[in-house]
Amino acid sequence: MANPINTFLLTDLLKGLWTTFKNQKPSLVVTEQYPRERPPVMERYRGAPRLNTHPETAETLCISCNLCALACPEQLIVVTSERNPETRRKDLTNFTYDTSRCMFCGLCEDACPVDALELTQDFEMATFTREGQIWDRQMLEEGPLPTEYRH
Amino acid sequence: MPDTILAPPPPPPAPEATLLDSNELVINMGPQHPSTHGVLRVILKLDGETVLGAECVIGYLHRGVEKIAENRTYQQFAPYVDRMDYVAAVSNGLGYCMAVEKLLDVEIPERAQAVRVILAEINRIASHLLWLGTHALDIGAITPVFLCFREREEALKIFEKYCGARLTTHAFRIGGLQYETHDTFEKDCLAFCDLMDEKLKEYHALLTGNRIWVNRTKGIGILNAADCKDYGVTGPVLRAAGEKWDIRKAQPYSGYEKYDFDIPTAENGDTFDRYMVRMEEVTQSCRIVRQAVEGLPAGPIKGKIGKVIKPPPGEAYVSIEAPKGELGYYVVSDGSLNPYRLRVRPPSFVNLGALDKMCRGSLVADVVAIIGTIDIVLGEVDR
Repeated sequence: MANPINTFLLTDLLKGLWTTFKNQKPSLVVTEQYPRERPPVMERYRGAPRLNTHPETAETLCISCNLCALACPEQLIVVTSERNPETRRKDLTNFTYDTSRCMFCGLCEDACPVDALELTQDFEMATFTREGQIWDRQMLEEGPLPTEYRH
Repeated sequence: MPDTILAPPPPPPAPEATLLDSNELVINMGPQHPSTHGVLRVILKLDGETVLGAECVIGYLHRGVEKIAENRTYQQFAPYVDRMDYVAAVSNGLGYCMAVEKLLDVEIPERAQAVRVILAEINRIASHLLWLGTHALDIGAITPVFLCFREREEALKIFEKYCGARLTTHAFRIGGLQYETHDTFEKDCLAFCDLMDEKLKEYHALLTGNRIWVNRTKGIGILNAADCKDYGVTGPVLRAAGEKWDIRKAQPYSGYEKYDFDIPTAENGDTFDRYMVRMEEVTQSCRIVRQAVEGLPAGPIKGKIGKVIKPPPGEAYVSIEAPKGELGYYVVSDGSLNPYRLRVRPPSFVNLGALDKMCRGSLVADVVAIIGTIDIVLGEVDR
């Protein structure tokens, strides 16, 4: 800046312009064309909740211990169960998860002793109603329907 | 507008008689102004283009986080601290976890400490990148924001790969870490440091010598070291005024005493010096990350801590060097599952107090530069 020749020749400004120009190469463009191309999210991503079922018998893995509901900071999980008189175990009747209040901290996932509740890589959870954000057991087990976009 | 809200301005020079004789003008800047970095409202008292005084009106983003803490268990409150300074969520989580660990008097394994340092320093770089992009955008340079966000994306990818979230990370748990590092963690961190060293040259080429940037920042918003201490201002603003104060060196925590790094300082305490200090801090953070990754010890990642966290009655204050300054957490326990009281000492809020001092006598256009240079996040100011 101190050099008057540099000041007169606009060297400082041209240096910046050259830096801008260098980054215009098409191979350096990092924009992702969502939703045409979906970025892969990482393995540990905390997205839509899922209630896992046994892969062969399709029975729920949840043992209705209520630990996830106790761990949740927002108290948005409600686990309902009834005592099975034969096996003396609790059978899951319903499981509601209010995704509108969820902040995806992952504490419920950490609390689950049998890996039944899991936060998956799905992130498209928009609905048209507030009630649609409250997921019941069926929704949690089947997962959200994949969104289709028509252009 | 009541007169009492502003301290009496210095007497203006005797005005020439005009038709309306309205020399002083009080205007609102914000809360919708794009350069106030969120919902900050600044009441400016002007004499023409000269600022006679500025008063901040805050609270538009108040969520009562400190009160929420009293109704949550210690683990349950950890995700909430990420939502205060959301561009440096990892530092917030570190400060909170350390405060509770001090109450519990629990030893943190060395591996967990090193991973905490790595993530906190990468978060410092990400925070400074966001600051640089938006600050340059406020002043009128549009290119840096695109370049900075491109590099910040790489930092956010490291967070996402490590803990599953990009911004509100919830990366640390009380007592250590929840997640073991993934296979490519070390490689990713080193690659990010190399990338930053290379890209910093681009930022310097764009801004440091640029005559518009220099004219807009040199001599603007001067705050000297004595004033910084009076206002309690910490972080890069204090270091730009020449004070060599960094909590990482002064009261080392989480194993910072093991790493070799410098505290960048400057002399004038103006906007340009704060820019240079932050740019140098990025280099120093890269140095710390490299050392921490190379010396990453093996071992457990969680200290001896039960499932239920019930600290003994008492109180603990822990302050750490967040990207914006000294971030303090004060936790009072009454022996129950929830904190009895939790208080946050946010750097943004304290630094914002010096805005009036820095603005007086400058022009309206410089107020935008000054708000940008103290690097505030309104989520942290209002809490």
